Amino acid sequence: MIRVFLPSQLDDYTDRVRELEMELSAEEGKLLVLADVIAELERRYKGVAFRIVDEHGNIRRHIAMFVGDTMVRTLDAPLTGNSRVQIVGALSGG
Amino acid sequence: MTRHLILVGTRKGAWIVEGDANRSNWKIKGPMHLGAVISHYVADPRTVGYQLMSVGSGHLGPSVFISKDHGETWTEAATPPAFAPVGDSARSVDHVFWLTPGHASEPNVWYAGTSPQGLFKSRDGGNTWEEVKGFNHHPDCFTWRGGDKDGTPDGPKLHSIIVDHSDKTHLLVGMSGGGIFESFDEGATWKPLNKGVAMDFYPPKEDGSEYEFGHDPHCMVMHPVHSNRLYHQNHCGLYALDRDEGDRWTRIGDNMPKDVGDIGFPIVVHPRDPDTAWTFPMDGSGQWPRTAPGGKPAVFRTRDGGKSFERMAKGFPAEQGWWTVKRQCMAVDAEQSVGVYLGTTNGQLWGSFDEGATWQGIAMDLPQIYSVEVVTIK
Repeated sequence: MIRVFLPSQLDDYTDRVRELEMELSAEEGKLLVLADVIAELERRYKGVAFRIVDEHGNIRRHIAMFVGDTMVRTLDAPLTGNSRVQIVGALSGG
Repeated sequence: MTRHLILVGTRKGAWIVEGDANRSNWKIKGPMHLGAVISHYVADPRTVGYQLMSVGSGHLGPSVFISKDHGETWTEAATPPAFAPVGDSARSVDHVFWLTPGHASEPNVWYAGTSPQGLFKSRDGGNTWEEVKGFNHHPDCFTWRGGDKDGTPDGPKLHSIIVDHSDKTHLLVGMSGGGIFESFDEGATWKPLNKGVAMDFYPPKEDGSEYEFGHDPHCMVMHPVHSNRLYHQNHCGLYALDRDEGDRWTRIGDNMPKDVGDIGFPIVVHPRDPDTAWTFPMDGSGQWPRTAPGGKPAVFRTRDGGKSFERMAKGFPAEQGWWTVKRQCMAVDAEQSVGVYLGTTNGQLWGSFDEGATWQGIAMDLPQIYSVEVVTIK
């Protein structure tokens, strides 16, 4: 089971859900990757994906994403079936 | 009962400041979208109560929200403005900077300008947006606007989208940087409109000719009745253009007091008299502090199309007033004695109900103001 943790900035899009679980498996011949988590988030909460990644699939500048305790900057980061994914609003702004 | 609604977009959310028919009692309502950057908050002159708002978040990227009930409730656009890849370029919209309602004959059409510079169109009241490909995908577009680093400190912007009320196929836009461009076929083809405009931040061309594009217009307006009269406040001066006389801008800022200069951001025009306009100059000298010159805020008004200007500061701080006014932050109503409104970089909303002669504070403790629009409901 993949566990996903969401930041407060996404509250309006996720009915204030901050933690959720996903049972995901890779398509045959492919790796399970972070993009699969984003796709599942979008399936559950329409519109949320565009808040995390831009129109070209790049993670937005002030959004940070972690798989385990490793920050990743692209959606092709590989996952396992029980990865911990955390999406963070970066410490920027003012 | 007549009401005046001042729509205020700020760096931290939006507010409506509602005034009575006499414009003497004002009530602040809000906030809306607290914490979000509101670059532009615009009412639809074609449909009472319909409003669009550019809502940006440092974290979550750009969006557009829609209200059909004077801002009481909001829904997010299903497909906000977004760039398709063009060749090797894959630009991403950082924020929607400008919103303009379409022609009166097309009640569901809206245009949006973005940072970095892009032009978008909605045909369904702002719910879904498509690129104006004639502009965004024009083979010269990258040359016109320079790189994405060529722009204001907050990013390069497309602004001042104008739909000619007398000809729905005639569009104009300004780019900071890039210059002014216009289309006579609803955006399919474009040409620059920058003759006569200074470009002091580039070296003079060796052959003595003018630059065709690459300029830095800050704000451009077309008179709402006499569409042949345009004004624009540029990084390099204040200009007017009368299309009856050609397509060369005249630097009317040369008629401003020399100790004030003609650098600034906003300009607004009288709703009936094309020769009357108001501007708010800023200090564009030395380090470009972009504050009121000398710390003495003042509006300047012309009554003769820019041949002369009068300083109008009664009510503003006489000294030590170091704020300024951004490009979307001046507006006028259409009352007999025209109301002029401005929002400041230190969160103050000021109004004048005698066409600029005297000024009074309407709301003094808002966040930094990014846009001001006024709607009168009869």
